[in-house]
Amino acid sequence: MSANKLLIFGGLMLAAFGMLYGLHYAIFVEHQTLDRMGGSLALAFQDAAERDLPAAQLAIDDYADTKYDYVRQIDAHSHWIGLAMVMIIFGAVLEQTAFAERTRSIIAIALALGSFSFPGAVILQTWTHGSPFSLALAAVGSALVIGAMLAAAVGFALQRS
Amino acid sequence: MASTAVPGSSLALARLSARRVLILGGVALIAGGMLFGDVFAVFVLHQNGAQTGEALLAVTRAVTAHDSSAVKEEFGRIGGLLEDHGTKLDAHAHMIAAGYLALMLALLQSYVAFNSKIRRIIAEVFIAGGLLLPVGIFLIHYVGLAYSPFKVIGWASVLADSAGALLIAALLGEAWGLWRYYRGKRADDAELLLPLDTSWERRTLLAGGTVLILLGFLYGAWYAGLDLYQHEAREKTILGAMLKTSAGGGDAAQSVGDYGKLQAEKAVDIAAHSHVIEFGLLAILLSLIQPFVFLGSRWKRFWVKLLLAGSIILPVFVRLEMRLGLIAGGIADIGGLMVLIALVGMLVGVAGYTGALDAQPGRAR
Repeated sequence: MSANKLLIFGGLMLAAFGMLYGLHYAIFVEHQTLDRMGGSLALAFQDAAERDLPAAQLAIDDYADTKYDYVRQIDAHSHWIGLAMVMIIFGAVLEQTAFAERTRSIIAIALALGSFSFPGAVILQTWTHGSPFSLALAAVGSALVIGAMLAAAVGFALQRS
Repeated sequence: MASTAVPGSSLALARLSARRVLILGGVALIAGGMLFGDVFAVFVLHQNGAQTGEALLAVTRAVTAHDSSAVKEEFGRIGGLLEDHGTKLDAHAHMIAAGYLALMLALLQSYVAFNSKIRRIIAEVFIAGGLLLPVGIFLIHYVGLAYSPFKVIGWASVLADSAGALLIAALLGEAWGLWRYYRGKRADDAELLLPLDTSWERRTLLAGGTVLILLGFLYGAWYAGLDLYQHEAREKTILGAMLKTSAGGGDAAQSVGDYGKLQAEKAVDIAAHSHVIEFGLLAILLSLIQPFVFLGSRWKRFWVKLLLAGSIILPVFVRLEMRLGLIAGGIADIGGLMVLIALVGMLVGVAGYTGALDAQPGRAR
């Protein structure tokens, strides 16, 4: 499969996946998560009003844990779709770089792998809070995306009019 | 495919093909989303933040007064303010994202192996979904759970989710058309391939857009590595201090102020990261539709320069808001306005497209 086809098909699949995840999240998870987040924060202050500080601290911990997951779930959704758009756009323009097809393929594979794995690693962090594996996978995924973008920028800069 | 221009008149407007529906609808959605974002930033954002801070201070005072029912009441108010803020931000972001996707789909139309009628229906479904989704999200705060048969989902959420389903259906339709093309199917009235364009406008938008996206990625990586976890830890610490101070009978105004400052720091970091990438994507997308912008070279160059200048001014000055205050915020808003004006300028050019390109040979085979 050529570099542009890989990016366009991969990007469309990733966009559809990101949207399906977002739809599932909005219907089955988001409202409940927001209720839990708001509820635990309110409970913390209610416990503090009753001078039960240990219970208040537990509620703050629950709030922080829920928010940790919420931020990453939203980040994964938006990054999957955002990176899918980058893939589709680069699928349309990568042929205009000054590179040969082999180099373009390497850029496309790096961008595709990074675009799938980086938000995946972010979601993984919600199951394994702060695990070194998910952090390393996120770092590798984002490095792949940045490397691919850097290479594409060089390719466009070398392009002749 | 025969020319879609009205015969005998080079100045007549082309009929709306799927590609033009997606380009016009996409640019209009992006411009609409940006206008909404600018209005939100000027008239809602700071006022909403100040009201949330006041409500949080009232909560701490209720804690000091042992009044847990007042705590609950104030949290209800904070929930409403956060929903007001969140739904407007989401409406802004989703409208622009749908516009970007529409422009991308416009570029792929030559490879969608359906006849022109089906292509146009899919395009119209996508634009309808892209318009209804942010409208639904915007209405969530105002409609609430009124007349809803569900426990936590109101009619506005139903509208937003249904619009999201329309977008997914249209996207799957486009993917099916691309798959048919990949399997060797061809439409007799396929959209023509995009013309090979190496104009100054295209090259400048392409290079500028790529650099903007790269800057955004680097900034995002820096934020995730250095600020994200520190912000999360600080939030927990500040909330703990706020509880202890107010439960001990002290004034938690300092902690509430710290909390507000932290929220502002997070907001500007995320806004700078997302806006610079979005503008980069926008520049690359617009580079590809330049042949459809029916304007003189001088005007096209002017809109390109205005768009790129605004694209760098907005994220840089959003980031500087924490240091320079509202002056930087005002300059950032002007940056957003520059991008918006450039978009409308190009939109006028697209609306005035005569179909001249469609009369040239070059169908996807």
